[in-house]
Amino acid sequence: MNLVLEVLAWFADPDQWQGRSGIPTRLVEHLTYTVQAVVIAAVIAVPLGGLIGHTGRGGFLLVGIANGLRALPELGLLILLVLLTGIGVLPLTITLVVLAIPPLLAGTYAGIRNTDPAVVDAARGVGMREGDVLLKVELPIALPLMIAGLRTATLQVIATAAIGAYISLGGLGRYLIDGLALNDYTRMAGGAVLIALLALIVEGLLAALQRLVVSPGLRAVSARTGTRRPTPVVAGGTA
Amino acid sequence: MIEFRGVTKRFPDGTVAVDHLDLTVDAGGITVFVGPSGCGKTTSLRMINRMIDPTEGTIMVDGRDIAATDAADLRRGIGYVIQQAGLFPHRTILDNVATVPLLLGWSKAKARSRAAELMELVGLTPEMAGRYPAQLSGGQQQRVGVARALAADPPILLMDEPFSAVDPVVRESLQDELLRLQAELDKTIVFVTHDIDEAIKLGDKVAVLRVGGVLAQYDQPGQLLSRPVDDFVDNFVGRDRGYRGLGFLSSDAIPIGELPTVALGEPVPDADAWVLVVDSEQHPQGWFNGAERNGAAVVDTGHLVPGGSLYDVGSGSLRSALDAALSSPSGQGVAIDADGRVAGSITADDVLRVVDDARRDDNAAA
Repeated sequence: MNLVLEVLAWFADPDQWQGRSGIPTRLVEHLTYTVQAVVIAAVIAVPLGGLIGHTGRGGFLLVGIANGLRALPELGLLILLVLLTGIGVLPLTITLVVLAIPPLLAGTYAGIRNTDPAVVDAARGVGMREGDVLLKVELPIALPLMIAGLRTATLQVIATAAIGAYISLGGLGRYLIDGLALNDYTRMAGGAVLIALLALIVEGLLAALQRLVVSPGLRAVSARTGTRRPTPVVAGGTA
Repeated sequence: MIEFRGVTKRFPDGTVAVDHLDLTVDAGGITVFVGPSGCGKTTSLRMINRMIDPTEGTIMVDGRDIAATDAADLRRGIGYVIQQAGLFPHRTILDNVATVPLLLGWSKAKARSRAAELMELVGLTPEMAGRYPAQLSGGQQQRVGVARALAADPPILLMDEPFSAVDPVVRESLQDELLRLQAELDKTIVFVTHDIDEAIKLGDKVAVLRVGGVLAQYDQPGQLLSRPVDDFVDNFVGRDRGYRGLGFLSSDAIPIGELPTVALGEPVPDADAWVLVVDSEQHPQGWFNGAERNGAAVVDTGHLVPGGSLYDVGSGSLRSALDAALSSPSGQGVAIDADGRVAGSITADDVLRVVDDARRDDNAAA
């Protein structure tokens, strides 16, 4: 029997769909790790990127930090953290947060820096205070690039959260690690398919979110006025 | 009233943008700051709403030193229009216009109904309310910018090269629109431009600034053209200033002469002279050249030689009178009354005589 049929049979097996190690449980675990990490990363990266983008101070530092974080090998970081803090969800979450911060930070920063200076000038000129300028003008205009950063971060985290299984946590990574240990390639392939499907579905949901929350005015790029969409100034700002 | 008292602005890199500026902008009327790049005109404007704070000196708005005011509060009471319009791309046109009323704490309904009024005032149709700035042309965006600045009915309006990014035809209509609005609203407008023609067209008073932020001359536009204080102003005002200056002189003294007319369809006059052709309402249609009548019986449209510009008795300037005379194929300028009917003729000689008298009076007065 070839691998495709075996994987299909694996999915069709009712035992895979129930119990503490069934697909639904693993899926929920995987999503929990992902959402935790992305939310924590956003809470750190969005205010930081917003502040640096708004004031224009520290941009150089930000690019250095973002690129530095990006260069860290996730598995190495995870093992290091386990040695420091012991087995648990904490080291995995920290690893995933470190992974998710650069795209979110770069997206927020680039979105705000790319806001037309004339628009920011007008916002101050009509009497907005600095907080209003950031919250009512710069962030809404930065939203497309911020969500692009969110999409990149989320996809990377979904793919990488599988390493949690390496330190005996749950998640869809279990199928990969256990399958490897048992030489059960069907199980490994099934796990890989599940992770890929999850990534596609979440990507679709985030794309829908983008259409929902981004002002239509930022989508309506008019040839008449020659205005063009801002492009990110920091590499990795878009997915 | 806006007063600059010994205002200097020195930027951190050492550039002096404005150098000891003393100037009073009277309440009501349009005051234009004009000059070449680097003359500090925009810096001067932006100091009025504290977008830039002066290094030295004080600026008083209606007797209050603005350094002691809260910058955001001050700005909400001063309309601000900039070159690129600076509309908020994520907000609809209506919400862009409603910005300042909302900042001032008006209810959403009240702010929006006010915004709708303003859109109408600046000539935007109601169906534009729900559109976004990127869907509008440059000229329309600039109208929205003006509406947004006027929404909370501020007594002062600052305009920083508002029309220089639009094409010349649209620019002219926006200028005319501004003059119409100003006649209606009577704001204190400070207007910055690098275009002397725009300054002369719009300004009740014009401040010419030279590079380094020194005020060269502050005068009414007619005075600027007829009596520039130095070579810099003379050069800056540009060519043909003598001719353009006629635009500010009254033409009331020009004698209006008789002008023979013939209506379309009437028999051809039996003379070699030029005759003005009119319609049944006495509106000028063109000229008939008697020397080329070639035995024609009646005057028809085929005979018409296009006329020149028309001089409006009562509202025209010496410039329009002279142009009417010079551009007419017969050498006789056509004067019309307020209803567009032929009032008589004027000649270049008559206009020049009046110009001469006006200069003599002006010299006697000076």
